Amino acid sequence: MSDTIEQDAYGHVDVDQVELSAELVEAASVASHDVAEYALWLGDDSLVLAQNLGWWISRAPELEEDIALGNIALDLIGHARSLLHYAGAESDRTEDDLAYWRDEPQWRSAHLFEQPNGDFAHTIARQFIAAHYLFELYSALMESTDATLAAIAAKAVKEVDYHRDHSIQWVLRLAQGTEESRRRMITGLSDLWPFVEELFIDEPLIDRLEGVAVRPSTLEATVLAAMLPVLAEAELEVPRGFISSGGGRRGDHSENLGPLLAEMQVLARAHPDAKW
Amino acid sequence: MTIPPVPYAIAPESTDTVSAEEQQFNDLIAADSRIEPRDWMPEGYRKTLIRQISQHAHSEIIGMQPEGNWITRAPSLKRKAILLAKVQDEAGHGLYLYSAAQTLGISRDLMTEQLIAGKARYSSIFNYPSPTWADMGSIGWLVDGAAICNQVPLCRASYGPYGRAMVRICKEESFHQRQGFEILLELMNGTPAQREMAQESVNRWYWPALQMFGPPDDDSPNSAQSMAWNIKRFSNDELRQRFVGMLVPQAEVLGVTLPDPDLRWNEEKGVYDMGEIDWTEFHEVLAGRGPANARRLQRRRDAHNEGQWVREAAAAYAAKQAVKAVA
Ligand SMILES: [Fe+2]
Ligand SMILES: [Fe+2]
Repeated sequence: MSDTIEQDAYGHVDVDQVELSAELVEAASVASHDVAEYALWLGDDSLVLAQNLGWWISRAPELEEDIALGNIALDLIGHARSLLHYAGAESDRTEDDLAYWRDEPQWRSAHLFEQPNGDFAHTIARQFIAAHYLFELYSALMESTDATLAAIAAKAVKEVDYHRDHSIQWVLRLAQGTEESRRRMITGLSDLWPFVEELFIDEPLIDRLEGVAVRPSTLEATVLAAMLPVLAEAELEVPRGFISSGGGRRGDHSENLGPLLAEMQVLARAHPDAKW
Repeated sequence: MTIPPVPYAIAPESTDTVSAEEQQFNDLIAADSRIEPRDWMPEGYRKTLIRQISQHAHSEIIGMQPEGNWITRAPSLKRKAILLAKVQDEAGHGLYLYSAAQTLGISRDLMTEQLIAGKARYSSIFNYPSPTWADMGSIGWLVDGAAICNQVPLCRASYGPYGRAMVRICKEESFHQRQGFEILLELMNGTPAQREMAQESVNRWYWPALQMFGPPDDDSPNSAQSMAWNIKRFSNDELRQRFVGMLVPQAEVLGVTLPDPDLRWNEEKGVYDMGEIDWTEFHEVLAGRGPANARRLQRRRDAHNEGQWVREAAAAYAAKQAVKAVA
């Protein structure tokens, strides 16, 4: 939705555009099993994050943020839909089969994305890390030999560029606003930082997808190189200490994912034969 | 009732005391032209507009809640995206309208204060709860539908910034109504449980939606003045009639029953006769005793209070940046 953002400071979105972004993958080839699994990684990351962000709508600190966070969530749902649609074709499942009918151990998202919204500073810290990671990821994925993934990445990268910008603005404001906001930003960042490392772990799947997938370990340097100057400008130290054990890509999740999925899936699962 | 083509129902107190600027205002209204923020306007006109536009803005903002309630539980990703975009549109409507009100000399902070202190009104329809997914359909179809009927004539409201805000808003409202209609259509074409969910929801929202047009014409004290000022173009009852006329064929397509046994076409008058609206309930909800009044205000107040430190941080940061820029 980045086109509209340029026209309108807060990124207003028409309902119509949502339907347009839906089926980017229409003419795509069917992914192999491994490519489908990789698409699931990325799709789950986006969907879980969008699900968390959706909570803010009507609860944000100001109306402009209801709109901005809504816009970001909407972009992420769009990415998730394209990726899950692609991931599902191999096993004859729809995006909704994958979103609503998989149980927690079948989810492939990294732990960062399922961390709770917390206060606004936690949400911003999570956005700051997520958007930097996604931007570098999609920038590299545009070069994928898999045409579908490359196309999805080319569209997504423009949108996550805006998400990155949004998070940087807020990191600066909160870190250098008031004493309270600075204290909260420091807490938010140190609570979320332990989940950075998991994003850069190479699972065996990656070895089988040379040229198709982006090797996570290759992103670490660029992501940090983009984040650290912002933290320096904000006079924030890089948090040290506890590092999450991760495991999201193998279906090991924190306690946060279960309730998140329960809420997301409750209605769909109450009506197994229904279309919506 | 018929609308006087030249809305001059109220004569200014006495013609010989009319100032030049007041004469100019009267001429603009008589010519059905637009009043702009820089123009002179009577205090009553300004106050009426501030009240109406701010209430309208508040309605958009409070109106985010009944639907926001289902974003996390939407039963398909497509529906989740559409609902999210729809609720986000409403926040945008609130912003345009607050901006329009600000041109009349009231600050957004003051309007927000009035809302969270429970001193400002907003549309009572949002004081009804949304317990089922079908309510996402009914709200779009009936509530946004009624809003369209109310708002399309407001695109021609005499106050420029209001009319222009309404043009932008109305474009989006028609998508909102369509997505609501589609939700209900999908449900009515679905399983027996889905059909039941849709009808039950329409039963709950139909009458409150009719009440959105306000009290009957003979009980609507401010209407005549608003019409004279070219703010309001049609009476409450006329708009309500128009709305029902629009709903009946759509309900047939959906296969839902509108819960009014007295609803039937009146050949002679060329309109639908309808049953008696329960105005006692309307006044109860208006007085704050609706099913969700407290909850709606509480949510807005919580968001405002919990966001306080964030807004303070943004303001402090902006001030520091401004100092840096000067230095
Ligand atoms: Fe609206
Ligand atoms: Fe609407």
